[in-house]
Amino acid sequence: MKENLLILGCFFIGIIIGISGSSPEWLQGHDLSMDILSLLIIQVGISLGASTNLHQIFRSLDLRSLLLPLFTIVGTLLFSAISVLLIHGRNLSDCLLVGSGFGYYSLSSVLIADIKSASLGAQGATELATIALLANVMREMIALFGTPALARMGGRLVPISVAGINSMDVCLPMIVRSSYKGEELVPIAVLHGIALEVSVPLLISIFG
Amino acid sequence: MFRILILLIIGIGVGYLLRGHSFTKVTKWSIQATVCALLLVFGVSIGSNRSLIDNIYDFGWQAVIIATLGVTGSIVAALVAQRLLKKGGKP
Repeated sequence: MKENLLILGCFFIGIIIGISGSSPEWLQGHDLSMDILSLLIIQVGISLGASTNLHQIFRSLDLRSLLLPLFTIVGTLLFSAISVLLIHGRNLSDCLLVGSGFGYYSLSSVLIADIKSASLGAQGATELATIALLANVMREMIALFGTPALARMGGRLVPISVAGINSMDVCLPMIVRSSYKGEELVPIAVLHGIALEVSVPLLISIFG
Repeated sequence: MFRILILLIIGIGVGYLLRGHSFTKVTKWSIQATVCALLLVFGVSIGSNRSLIDNIYDFGWQAVIIATLGVTGSIVAALVAQRLLKKGGKP
């Protein structure tokens, strides 16, 4: 939670620097954000590969838990597609791209800005990336604060699915605390997060 | 886009080979710092974009619609999953 506030703080400081018009030229380039993004991806990979529990997690899994990420992906995308009927001026590709973030706002927004700059132009791509950032921050917040209620009303898998990618880190403590024998959910929740983490760049390149 | 996937696979490989080394424990903090840097730069590009800032309410609403539908979809999906996958295991 504290880390989240720090990240959002950096984002707002960036916006203020941008609005003030005092940002140096090098800070505005497209290349810089792609370089930082590459650095981030490498580190995410290293931390995935190095996590010592990886073996244990895979051993304790059954078919049931392997299928949950698929359900999350299909459910999210089917419903995200409906928004094309509600939002004027957005096509199906735009709506599916925003939905494909699964709460991973930092990665999905920058990937969308990159992949859409060819077809929408720099302005349109930045707009869609901003929508993706906002929508995925909202999803994370709903998951973070809604987990106890979702677990009580829906069942123990519901908060994992809603958390999307965050089921493996930010929302994990809350998911464990909100269910009876919640520790049993750790492998499912972590695998769910990993599967979605890998699927974000894949789906964005498919829908882009 | 393949660059991202290749980088991810290289990272996983490097992490797997170096697992147990103390430096891999630092990644949690360095990822945090990198995400902060990424969002700062992204914030600057949004803030310096006049027409985007002027229309932020419009974009915010679009985000609310897609986020609400996405969350609803995942709730429905998890409910279906709980029902379908219940057989042969604990609920």
